[in-house]
Amino acid sequence: MSLLELDGVKVHFPIKKGLLFDRTVGHVYAVDGVSLKVEAGETYGLVGESGCGKTTLGRSVLRLVDITEGSVVLDGTDLAKLPGEEMRRFRRRLQMVFQDPLGSLNPRQNIESILSEGMIAHGIGKDQEERREKIKAILDKVGLPSNALARYPHEFSGGQRQRIGIARALVLEPDVIICDEPVSALDVSVQAQVINLLEELQEELGLTYVVIAHDLAVVRHISDTIGVMYLGSLVEEAPSDALYAEPKHPYTKALMSAVPVPDPEVEDKRERILLTGDLPSPANPPSGCRFHTRCPWAQAERCATERPELRDVGGGHRVACHYAEDIASGKLRLTKGEVVSATREGVEDNPTEDTPEAEAAEADAPAAETPAKIPAQAEKPAEKAVEAEDKAATAEEPAKAEGKAEKAAEAKASPKPEAADEADEAVAADEAKASEEPEKAV
Amino acid sequence: MSLLTVDELTVTFGGRGRKASRAVDGVSFEVDQGQVVGLVGESGCGKSVTSLALMGLLPAKGLTIGGRAEFDGTDLFTMSPSARRDLRGSEMAMIFQDPLSSLNPVVPIGVQVTEILERHRGMKGEAARKEAAHLLDRVGIPDPTRRLKEYPHQLSGGMRQRALIAMAVACAPRLLIADEPTTALDVTIQAQILELLKELVDQEGTALLMITHDLGVVAGLCDQVNVLYAGKVVESAGRRELFAHPTHPYAHGLLGSIPRLDAPRGEPLNPIRGSINDRIAWADGCAFAPRCDRYEMGCLSGTPQLGEPRAAGHQVRCVNPVLDDAKAEEVPA
Amino acid sequence: MSVATKTDKIQRLAELTATKETSTGASLWREAFRRLKSSKMAIIGAVIIAVFVVIAIVGPYLTPYAPTAQTWRGEVFPNQGKFVGPRGENWFGLDHLGRDMFSRMLVGARQTLLVGVVSTLIGLVAGFLIGGLSGAAATLGGEAGKRVDSVIMRFIDMMLALPSLLLAVSVAAVMGQSLTTVMIAVGVVQVPVFARLLRGSMLAQGGADYVLAAQSLGVRKRRIVTSQIIPNSLSPVIVQATLSLATAIIEAAALSYLGLGNPDPAIPEWGVMLAQAQRFFDNAPMMAVYPAVGIIITALGFTLLGEAMREALDPKLRG
Repeated sequence: MSLLELDGVKVHFPIKKGLLFDRTVGHVYAVDGVSLKVEAGETYGLVGESGCGKTTLGRSVLRLVDITEGSVVLDGTDLAKLPGEEMRRFRRRLQMVFQDPLGSLNPRQNIESILSEGMIAHGIGKDQEERREKIKAILDKVGLPSNALARYPHEFSGGQRQRIGIARALVLEPDVIICDEPVSALDVSVQAQVINLLEELQEELGLTYVVIAHDLAVVRHISDTIGVMYLGSLVEEAPSDALYAEPKHPYTKALMSAVPVPDPEVEDKRERILLTGDLPSPANPPSGCRFHTRCPWAQAERCATERPELRDVGGGHRVACHYAEDIASGKLRLTKGEVVSATREGVEDNPTEDTPEAEAAEADAPAAETPAKIPAQAEKPAEKAVEAEDKAATAEEPAKAEGKAEKAAEAKASPKPEAADEADEAVAADEAKASEEPEKAV
Repeated sequence: MSLLTVDELTVTFGGRGRKASRAVDGVSFEVDQGQVVGLVGESGCGKSVTSLALMGLLPAKGLTIGGRAEFDGTDLFTMSPSARRDLRGSEMAMIFQDPLSSLNPVVPIGVQVTEILERHRGMKGEAARKEAAHLLDRVGIPDPTRRLKEYPHQLSGGMRQRALIAMAVACAPRLLIADEPTTALDVTIQAQILELLKELVDQEGTALLMITHDLGVVAGLCDQVNVLYAGKVVESAGRRELFAHPTHPYAHGLLGSIPRLDAPRGEPLNPIRGSINDRIAWADGCAFAPRCDRYEMGCLSGTPQLGEPRAAGHQVRCVNPVLDDAKAEEVPA
Repeated sequence: MSVATKTDKIQRLAELTATKETSTGASLWREAFRRLKSSKMAIIGAVIIAVFVVIAIVGPYLTPYAPTAQTWRGEVFPNQGKFVGPRGENWFGLDHLGRDMFSRMLVGARQTLLVGVVSTLIGLVAGFLIGGLSGAAATLGGEAGKRVDSVIMRFIDMMLALPSLLLAVSVAAVMGQSLTTVMIAVGVVQVPVFARLLRGSMLAQGGADYVLAAQSLGVRKRRIVTSQIIPNSLSPVIVQATLSLATAIIEAAALSYLGLGNPDPAIPEWGVMLAQAQRFFDNAPMMAVYPAVGIIITALGFTLLGEAMREALDPKLRG
């Protein structure tokens, strides 16, 4: 049994209008049916772009927002059904670290007062003296001097404030800490300090984390399991390394290919899947697969009508896509969007001066000719070259390479279904689909 | 001769009884036609102030600008305000981090674009509207004629940034300054915008001064990279050289502290200790010394000068640079 | 490397970094006070208020003559337009009944201050309770709380919709003429202002991350309101209270001017004095000028201080 289990969690916010008496005119489907399990002592990473509902999901676990439907079970207790006061007491076991380190600290309380607040609420410590001792121990653990006690949040740097936020969660000795974008407000050089601190604390105290972030690199670094969210639901979930090695959902592929890597050698060899259009409004989500309006592999059948379930495709890898296998095998072609090489034309410095790894990759003909579709293949060419060679032996590989050569040209030549980004315009979307129809026959 | 030559630029804020603070402290760099130059650093390193000083967008009150900045041979800081205004928007343009607050919320996009065309290119009426639609189309905004009538709040973040870029390139500027153009955007949208900027540079030969904190963005885009710390350039090199051999302990440390998508999980990060607040005045020594692992007594004898300890054209401001290539060994063979 | 050079290194670094001492334990209130002290506007305002308060307290003991004594009755003939201006024995001249204007101004200051302070207090306390209740209900009370807030706010809106003077006149009409009436009337007018202000401020703070953080800690709702939301919502209320002192004095003067103030002419009050002076404005404008200038300067003092406080408490200027 997992420590934390979410089953079909939905959070719908009513949209209200009215002069005197509000009436509900619609709903924002912020979280729309999420099921996941977090094992004790592990880190579960939730990634997704703004508006995907990851923050709302994190808050719903603590019942900071009302859960419309579904259950959140921590250690056998369904939090969704707990009455108010019991839920309040239960919060000691579930804590949260916030994105904005300054905004999440009361500017008018000093550090001692901020850290005492939770202990007082849960009756931890006989008197302030005892609490102070405990606070000092925790401050030491998160790397803050004990003279911080009398100071106020605005007197600390960003990284230190986040340490205070972590200390505030830790004093209650929780089982699970939900970190909502714990480092995204921090400077690059300070981010690593906080990430390392979170990891050290986990090792020392056996904590379980749910880390919510938009930065895939950060999430990959600290998570054991990663769930990718899009428009209120999970589209893919896999162990960190498996997800990175072989993302199966089109959205995950696009997301991964878009994350810049601070290494020109890698950047120049990567290919990006550029999505068309914008995120549809969560108040008016597309029918069927939520991603079909922007999906480069969207098909006319099923995608727009049938909502894909998160299904296991082996090795604990779950994906919500009707055609995950076909995309992975290269049977399906891009229907919209484009794949671009990240290399800039006319780059000043000498691109012929290749590193040994790159040469090794080029030596292997199949690997070099096959444009790296997923980042993994591009990043470690030397390693992957061997694998790619093996793959080439299978029947589908030549077809895949051939198909891809045409793909870029095709994507540009075919009338771009630009109107498809207007998710709310179903008509336009239908038109776009119609234009894709002939291609499917290929 | 470079398109933009910045020489020993200093920007000092002060006055009103408060101690003067030097946000930019002797920054020099050059930008050539068709080149992408990056100014990289964390908050408070002076990168944004540099860009605003070049555009002449800093408040005049309580401000001293020193040094020279030549655009196509003329000094920007001695030029008349009206000449500078003409230059701004036509020859050099800027893109900001927050597209929503850089657009006028009560004026339709179309009017904001045609305004620029009318002012700088003397276009009128239907011609200006046509050109505006063409510009929006050029930056990848679908259905441009309809979008022209819309207000900024009706566009998504990515579309707003595109509209802003359309306005910036309306007069085919020779220099484009982009201040964190993708920081406020999601990563898939960021990819689209970076692609667009690349296209502009490659196809139009526009010079781009890219200001960012994101080393990943720099790695894929910039030809020449300047790393700033506490108002000074601490390292300057071509991007391949910089990322292969980061030589200033700060640049070296930064690269070691970023989690990489392609790094195997479990590889520990090596953070730089302390924060930007832990610094000493450049006059006393290296501002980075309090956070530096390689700190020596010699670091505190006056401002360290830019040198080329590793390779020609790779400038480093450090008395004890990182010359042993520990990083090269880490790469799996 | 020897131990000696190592300690040298650290010491030298410590010396250089130690120059910028970070203040320890300075709360926002203290920082705001520090900013306030360096503001010219605040100093001028505070000096004016201090002088006014001192006069109000000790003034009645310093009067050269009894303020009610019609000592020079025989020298003033209002019907013939004959008045007495400033002179050696009467610095501000005489009023229409031959009383010493200077003495009356000194004693009137106390009444004026009393009206300002008491009516503002009435408005502040009632407004604080109503606004605090409404704000607490709206931020943490859930659906039911929102409804409570809605009802209270509609009531407050109704109060706001009435012209303030009309409201004051109605109160005065119900309660009869007296200084207490004036104070209550002016206070009641301030209630919706304070209530709205506090509620709005609480609503803004209610959405702040630290409130969410307190909830996630499991802090009880009542404590979240008292220790988190309210302390952070006070700044605009404090500023408003200072500014209200100015308007309260002016409004009280207006009510007195309309004849709703203290009917007892024996107790001088600046508003009443102004009202009485209007009849003789053609012949003795100075009789109106003294109380008017007194009111204006005092109101100015409170306004200056209020505006300076607004700036000092502005969170955007923090840092």
